[in-house]
Amino acid sequence: WPFLDLVVWLYLIISLIMIPAMFGFSLGISETYMTILMKILEWATVKIQKANLDVELKASASNGLIQREDGSMEKELGELRRSRPKPPVGGDFTLSDCFYFSRKGIESIVEDEVTQRFTSEELVSWNLLTRTNNDFQYISVKLTLVYGLGIFVRYCILAPLRLTLALIGLSWLVIGTSTVGLLPNSRIKSWLSEWVHVMCYRICARGLSAAICYHNRENKPKKGGICVANHTSPIDIVILCNDSCYAMVGQIHGGLMGILQRAMVRSCPHVWFERAEMKDRHLVTKRLKDHVNDKTKLPILIFPEGTCVNNTSVMMFKKGSFEIGATIYPVAIKYDPKFGDAFWNSSKYSMVSYLLRMMTSWALVCNVWYLPAMHQQEGEDAVQFANRVKSVIAHQGGLIDLQWDGGLKRAKVKETFKEQQQKKYSSMVVGDDSSSNRHEVWRVWHLNNP
Amino acid sequence: MGSRASTLLREEEIEEIKKETGFSHSQITRLYSRFTSLDKGENGTLSREDFQRIPELAINPLGDRIINAFFPEGEDQVNFRGFMRTLAHFRPIEDNEKNKNYSGDFIAFRLYDLDRDDKISRDELLQVLRMMVGVNISDEQLGSIADRTIQEADTNGDNSISFNEFIKVLEKVDVEQKMSIRFLH
Repeated sequence: WPFLDLVVWLYLIISLIMIPAMFGFSLGISETYMTILMKILEWATVKIQKANLDVELKASASNGLIQREDGSMEKELGELRRSRPKPPVGGDFTLSDCFYFSRKGIESIVEDEVTQRFTSEELVSWNLLTRTNNDFQYISVKLTLVYGLGIFVRYCILAPLRLTLALIGLSWLVIGTSTVGLLPNSRIKSWLSEWVHVMCYRICARGLSAAICYHNRENKPKKGGICVANHTSPIDIVILCNDSCYAMVGQIHGGLMGILQRAMVRSCPHVWFERAEMKDRHLVTKRLKDHVNDKTKLPILIFPEGTCVNNTSVMMFKKGSFEIGATIYPVAIKYDPKFGDAFWNSSKYSMVSYLLRMMTSWALVCNVWYLPAMHQQEGEDAVQFANRVKSVIAHQGGLIDLQWDGGLKRAKVKETFKEQQQKKYSSMVVGDDSSSNRHEVWRVWHLNNP
Repeated sequence: MGSRASTLLREEEIEEIKKETGFSHSQITRLYSRFTSLDKGENGTLSREDFQRIPELAINPLGDRIINAFFPEGEDQVNFRGFMRTLAHFRPIEDNEKNKNYSGDFIAFRLYDLDRDDKISRDELLQVLRMMVGVNISDEQLGSIADRTIQEADTNGDNSISFNEFIKVLEKVDVEQKMSIRFLH
């Protein structure tokens, strides 16, 4: 009786996982699973380390491949030029000056701070997933058996279970929010809306076997503020919304995503933009401002990096959210890569294949830190404010604070940065009358090009 | 349960590269994974665009010249061997293995010698200078800097700098120390 099997299967899921998720308590099944998983991974690590005693441990994977000299241009060129006296007139240049640039160039070819942020973090020790197996060799029969068992468990048991949960969670989100949307605006409606949202996100979180630890909950974002967090994957939203309710910001999509978005906005206000509207900076700022000024509306959730990064660093924060003048609630999210790689490499994987990879990982373990609210200070412009918030988040999450733009994942770097380097070097050649030289160049150019 | 990396880079190949360039086994495998991560087209070779995707290199005034050093004359693709050979020039030379095939000053000379005729002419020097300073210095001043540099270095009066003359100028600079990169493990 296959029909009976399906019904039993369904009831099992509902009782064991969904009801606790809906009402926010736990039966301890996930905890047990995680403990067993931890023990297995530890055992695997020890086994691998024992076998690799003669090979350097991948612990050095977190160290660089090269040791960089971090001197400034002035310092290093000064050292290069030490061997010769400065010429009396006409510019201080020597053939060895190029060494500085060529060395810096080769260093960046071997290892650079930016491109590595757009691929998954390298693991210190293999975590028994095929996808992270880069360099590890055959160790023992037991390890291979555990690995094989792991594949079976993940693909045949966990994945279908999680997929079912995710589907239930999302459908319930659509149905629930649409239903709540039928009610007239009132306190009850808001309360119901929040309950429906949190419940669905909890089911989705179970659908990913997410183990989330929230820290400093007294700093939770409040209404009328903007919550900013570092961005690793679309799952960040599920992670944050498990604990609190936020208003989302984003572009309206078509298809399934669009259905979701339209349903959500019926029960409580989110800020969705049409594609054309997103280009209009003033319109975007105005709508965000209006939302924030209405103290009954939920705090807005924004990811200022604008793109997914691999959770080892925080990249440049776009200043848009910091110009609105609202209270900023920073949140740091750090995933533990041992249990599953949360990073969505959007240039390599589509959303669907990404979610499937998530569902066949061991689990999703992360820490969320709510940081104290921050305000723009006197005399501080939006960019400085954004950088200040960024360093606070980077510091808390143990991430590297980078000035580079996450948009470099796809776009080329601006020419102005190269021009800055050239300007700096020029001032070392001719001293500070470089401005008069520039006028000379333009004057001659204009003479030749009337 | 084998290892994925070595099916793409065979042990014999690693040994050959080790002998030729002096890199260690682990350095070669790590540089190989770096090579593959830069190889967006996944065809086993790098093009100039692949290098230019590195932001820190793209903003380097001599970025294009450095990228050029990897490509043999007239070619647009470099494979892993070629990649390693060029990088080998930047390994610090230990006293007991002074390998005359790889040295930093040769790469530095190539940076200036655009047409690879083993001479740095005034024009070539001017072009490289222009790359390094951008629009910030006038043609005249740059010209006089170039003239002075050639004058100081040129010993045989052909108004250009040969490799030997180049070496002589750099005698006092510790080339190995300044050009070499400290590879770990």
